[in-house]
Amino acid sequence: MREINLPLTRETIASLNAYDRILLNGPILVGRDQVHLRISKLLKEGSPLPVSLENETIYYMGPAATPKSMIIGSSGPTTAARMDPFTPTLMDAGLAASIGKGPRSEAVLEAVRTNKGLYLIAFGGCGALYATKVIAKEVIGFEDLGPEALMRLEVRGFPVIVGIDSKGNSVFT
Amino acid sequence: MKNVRQVDLIARIRDALIDASVHLEPSLMEKLDWMRRETLQAVEALAPEDANYKPYKASLEVLDMIQENLRLAESHRLPMCQDTGMVVAFIEIGPDVPLSMFAIEEALHAGIADAVKDGSFRNSVVVEPVFDRVNTGTNLPPIIHWFPTEKPGLTFSMLLKGFGSENCSALAMLNPTAGPEGVVTAVAEIVQKAGGKPCPPIVVGVGLGGTAERAGLLSKRALTRKVGDAHPDPRYAQLEQQIFDKLQTLEIGPGGFGGPLTALGVAVEYEPTHIAGLPVAVSISCWADRKATFVWEGPYARN
Repeated sequence: MREINLPLTRETIASLNAYDRILLNGPILVGRDQVHLRISKLLKEGSPLPVSLENETIYYMGPAATPKSMIIGSSGPTTAARMDPFTPTLMDAGLAASIGKGPRSEAVLEAVRTNKGLYLIAFGGCGALYATKVIAKEVIGFEDLGPEALMRLEVRGFPVIVGIDSKGNSVFT
Repeated sequence: MKNVRQVDLIARIRDALIDASVHLEPSLMEKLDWMRRETLQAVEALAPEDANYKPYKASLEVLDMIQENLRLAESHRLPMCQDTGMVVAFIEIGPDVPLSMFAIEEALHAGIADAVKDGSFRNSVVVEPVFDRVNTGTNLPPIIHWFPTEKPGLTFSMLLKGFGSENCSALAMLNPTAGPEGVVTAVAEIVQKAGGKPCPPIVVGVGLGGTAERAGLLSKRALTRKVGDAHPDPRYAQLEQQIFDKLQTLEIGPGGFGGPLTALGVAVEYEPTHIAGLPVAVSISCWADRKATFVWEGPYARN
């Protein structure tokens, strides 16, 4: 199976097609509903973000509690559609790719195409599986959000399927 | 202050919830195996250039990863899904139960709190829905539905209800003349609209009759039944089968990739309703259809 090193480069993105099954290695951001709401507000105000979005990949996820023996608890993807209203704004600010589960809106498809980015689909409900792919974890912003805080993860062999590619091909159309 | 009966009940609730978060009931595992076999056959019957090949292949990969995930959940004793849900509890109280409803509710809260702590659950509950959405920090409170019964003992049926699927639950208020076809169509429309969002393959609970809110409750109660068990009334069992067959034609597929099969099970519950209506409520569960059912009969001495 093809392994992709993060952060994503323009060449790597261009070489990936809808339905490609890949494994991700490297750093990803983690944020879901409230992180998206806050980042969008900061972007609108022109205020600085806790982290630059340039070439970043963001994973829509809120982990369960971490057991003593592990780096992170159960940590599968959440429904991507809830982030649809915010994704074009984040992509315009440099975000390269998002990871979630399920279909996206037309506006997201368009944002992925025009920004030459990606939407990657993680396997829904597979929280235990993804927990074993995380080798480091750090909270980097909005700590008050608890399980919904902005995080940086380092992942190895993190399985996803390309849901929307940079040409605008989608597995959902 | 907890008494000895409550302490015993709390431990039962805790253990049942942690077990439910880690593994699925055998009948659901069989359904997942069945779906994987059927999907594999469908993939193998297609040439790689067939338009269905990639969607079916991706659906098969979802079913494979679910199996891998369940193995890892078991070996690490981790919740299979990070959304350990809100607890929805159906509690039947028999005439011999020596605890008050208040004491039972207290025990349920304590049992959930222990499961959350010891089972590495996620705190997924917020205090109020609209403004600050502050996390309760305990995954409490649960949703509780009480049922008095002549059957002895205290029967707990609990769902760990994730919200990826719960966000796809819906209600249709049909005309009283809609009949079984109308019900099948209404459920199919709701499931079609949900598409790939609720983590398919799915288990579907359907509540028929009552009022709007009662139908919703019935749709949840249907989800507490063992996947694959048919309704005791043959007409409703047939309706379950019709809905099940219809949902397989929607081509949503595991992960929403468009595979050949979508539903793992359909359960219908009904109650009397008004002459002017036919409420149809649908509660969707993801494939991680986690539930815990047990009858508690002690420790309390019988006379």
